[in-house]
Amino acid sequence: MSGAQELAASIRSGVQSAVAVADASFGAINERDDEIHAFLHLTKQRAQIQAQAVDDAVANGNDPGPLAGVPIAIKDNMCTRGEPTTCSSKILEGWRPPYDATVIGRLEAAGAVIVGKTNLDEFAMGSSTENSAFGPTRNPHDTTRVPGGSSGGSAAAVAADFVPLSLGSDTGGSIRQPAALCGVVGVKPTYGAVSRYGLIAFASSLDQIGPFAQNVTDAALCFDVISGHDPMDATSIPNPLTPTLPTVNDGVAGMRIGLVDELMGEGIDDDVIARTNQAAEALTAAGATVERVSIPATIYGLAAYYLIAPAEASSNLARFDGVRYGQRVEGQNVAAMNVATRSAGFGDEVKRRIMLGTYALSSGYYDAYYGKAQRVRTLIANEFATAYESFDLLLSPTSPSTAFEIGAKSDPMALYMCDVCTIPSNLAGHPAMSVPFGVGDDGLPVGVQILAPMLEEARMFKAAKALEDAAKGMS
Amino acid sequence: MSELPEQGQRVGTLETDNSKTVEGVLPEGWEMVIGLEVHVELATTTKLFCGCANNFGDEPNTNICPTCLGLPGSLPVPNKQAIEFAMTLGRALNCTVLPSIFARKNYFYPDMPKDFQTTQFEEPTNAEGFVQLPNGRSVGIERAHIEEDTGKSTHLGGGGRIHDATATLVDYNRAGVPLVEIVSHPVMHDAETARAYVAELRDILLATGVSDARMEEGSMRVDANVSVRPIGNDELRTRCEVKNINSLRSLGRAINYEARRHVDLWTNGEEPKQETRHWDEDGGRSTSGRSKEDADDYRYFACPDLPPLTPTAEDIAAIDAALPALPAARRSALAAAAGVEIADTTLTVERGLDMLVIGAIQAGADATVAMKHADQNLSDGQGQLTLESFAALVVMEVDGLLSSTQVKTVLGELVANGGAPGDIASSMGFEAMDTTELASLLDGIIATSPDEWARFLEGDRKVQGHFVGQIMKATQGKADGKVVNQLMTQRANQG
Repeated sequence: MSGAQELAASIRSGVQSAVAVADASFGAINERDDEIHAFLHLTKQRAQIQAQAVDDAVANGNDPGPLAGVPIAIKDNMCTRGEPTTCSSKILEGWRPPYDATVIGRLEAAGAVIVGKTNLDEFAMGSSTENSAFGPTRNPHDTTRVPGGSSGGSAAAVAADFVPLSLGSDTGGSIRQPAALCGVVGVKPTYGAVSRYGLIAFASSLDQIGPFAQNVTDAALCFDVISGHDPMDATSIPNPLTPTLPTVNDGVAGMRIGLVDELMGEGIDDDVIARTNQAAEALTAAGATVERVSIPATIYGLAAYYLIAPAEASSNLARFDGVRYGQRVEGQNVAAMNVATRSAGFGDEVKRRIMLGTYALSSGYYDAYYGKAQRVRTLIANEFATAYESFDLLLSPTSPSTAFEIGAKSDPMALYMCDVCTIPSNLAGHPAMSVPFGVGDDGLPVGVQILAPMLEEARMFKAAKALEDAAKGMS
Repeated sequence: MSELPEQGQRVGTLETDNSKTVEGVLPEGWEMVIGLEVHVELATTTKLFCGCANNFGDEPNTNICPTCLGLPGSLPVPNKQAIEFAMTLGRALNCTVLPSIFARKNYFYPDMPKDFQTTQFEEPTNAEGFVQLPNGRSVGIERAHIEEDTGKSTHLGGGGRIHDATATLVDYNRAGVPLVEIVSHPVMHDAETARAYVAELRDILLATGVSDARMEEGSMRVDANVSVRPIGNDELRTRCEVKNINSLRSLGRAINYEARRHVDLWTNGEEPKQETRHWDEDGGRSTSGRSKEDADDYRYFACPDLPPLTPTAEDIAAIDAALPALPAARRSALAAAAGVEIADTTLTVERGLDMLVIGAIQAGADATVAMKHADQNLSDGQGQLTLESFAALVVMEVDGLLSSTQVKTVLGELVANGGAPGDIASSMGFEAMDTTELASLLDGIIATSPDEWARFLEGDRKVQGHFVGQIMKATQGKADGKVVNQLMTQRANQG
């Protein structure tokens, strides 16, 4: 399947029909998704209706939009009206939301065709998509390996060429890390750039929706469609955003780029460090200046994250009580029903984080845990701000390693370490993205991360495009 | 904080000395300590965080959407009108409006859709104000914060309460309705003050229009924190929170019952348990509810879905400029205009007649007479009565053109249908009696009542009524009693 931009162009000009493109997408899924398990649910009827509407618009001389007929997969923690939305949790099995997330409406208004809902770690808690109540997703590059997570299904769907685009959500790296492991582009936008309305919350102050794509240009195109103010989300940025697509090819000449010291040493595999250094050289060759920069507080990011995110999750996930929707396990009274429902409905990792978060917010512990974590968060944001006085962008690895074997990381702490490079951007609210840059010693994809100041997505995409071009020249 | 303007006290002054004991309620030597938490539903068009209608009494579960049902993925967006109403109320309660933060109060309850309540904790919108009562005392207010209401549960079977119900129905129409919780300091020491405080709050709510303040419909809900202590001691002993108080009468009864219960426990060497108690109006007692000994840990934290509220100096100035005259200020103004004590203005202000009376006084009406009518003859409000006609009527009365009985009749007509008092008096045949005619009538009565007249001449004023009564009888009430009195004095002086 070609990229999203070419597909949309050929559909808008009548060369291909949207219905045929959707069929091709479903055909590819049908052929290989038994093996990959990227999808939990296919939205065939909805796709059929939307694709037909796009074709009708073209036939009538109307513009169906910049994503005309482009098949897209949606992480199953975003609400789709009348279609199952499970967060890969038994507790939401069978629930069909009565409304669409804002991003869904924007995608369809731009002509995109939603083909299905993708697998994730339950409630987006995890880094391997192994913590799904409905079974793991496999990495299309090597099906004995994980695709990363938590948006593993969306990353794998793009990597397996089922769809040219998909949406994920990124709370601590859940778009960028699977993008790196699956060899695709993954973008975590500025907090507030993309509406969270209809995204089932994990950690509200960190969650952000973003695109996966097979190339940087498609990611920019999709970002421009889904971003922008939404009156339904009080944390949505009110100002109009600068479109990123028009400047994606502008290059990096004159840009000052900082290579983050703390993310280039201990805990990061040598082959990943080597590739990141090569990426720095490629940017230099393209006209940027690259220097090392120290951001000391990033080393506390992981610890702060594993207090803040579970704390918010413990509150966000309280509503899954069996009273109004989803699974219910009966009990002798309401409290017993709540306990039975939640005990049966949530998986171990979700329970672990609810307990962590409940503890962190408890009276007597709040200041020592949640309060201190919030101060670390402020410290990290301040250090980034200082770094951005001297640099236009920052560079680091995305993931400490390439894709690991399914079942290899049974210790929760080992999995938590996967997000060490990605978490600081969520804590600061800044945009960051992963771009494929060669392969590791095992032949599996390596991603490098570009970090940008608040709302500087356009600048970030320019550097990403420069790296993408350089990577093509390497192979 | 430093950018906030000086938000001066708008009305009166804060007095904290409310110490007083009520004889007969508590044994000698004990006093009550009462703090009230009053929840007020704001009369906004829509709910606090979504666009659903805020309507009492609609068909259950019709005013609901993903947000107020707490559906997965939904988000709250603050209602501008609710925030403005809350700030208006804060200023009316003499509070300082501060930058504030919405917090989540986490606990499980089936009528609370998200299993947390969005409220304000450490940084409320309104802090430290007071309410001035008609008796001149003030009750200090700690805070008046914004929060969302829960749904409404109806428990079927058992005693109608959740722990023995066989099934529960939940109406989420009320979920997300905006509330302001007004928390007083524990500075009240008798039920009467607590009742006066709540009555005053209600008047303030009605005057500002931010709530319809109906206790019976639950748009104003009062919880009383009650404890007792030996007089002369300023400690705060274990308190109980009494809920389910649905009227001012219940409030007084519940406080007195609870305080007495505490004194009895302490006197028997026991200690009250800190708990929530349920007021049983029919039984006239409180019963134990949820124990607070293993106090719920609500795990408050700032709600990450809602940015802080940061009202500007201009916002607050606009709120102040739009505030209507409030009861305390109206009482002061009336007292000054009529030359009476503030305590004597309460009824007139409650009836909304203060502007009428002040206007009439300014238009030349006698203050005492105008106040008398407001107190005694206008209990249902002024109706069609205008300031001008009221002033004119009072002038006619003072000039002796109408008897007091006639004044009442004309006043009733003015309230019912409006008009000019002179015209109404004429059409009813209330022409003032000619003084000469009255004088000759008086002479006739003096002639037939020589003994009474002799006593009057000796200074016995009690017999005056005899003569006035006789004349009223003869004139069928048309005579002005005051004129008759004047004539009698004249006659006596003539010898």
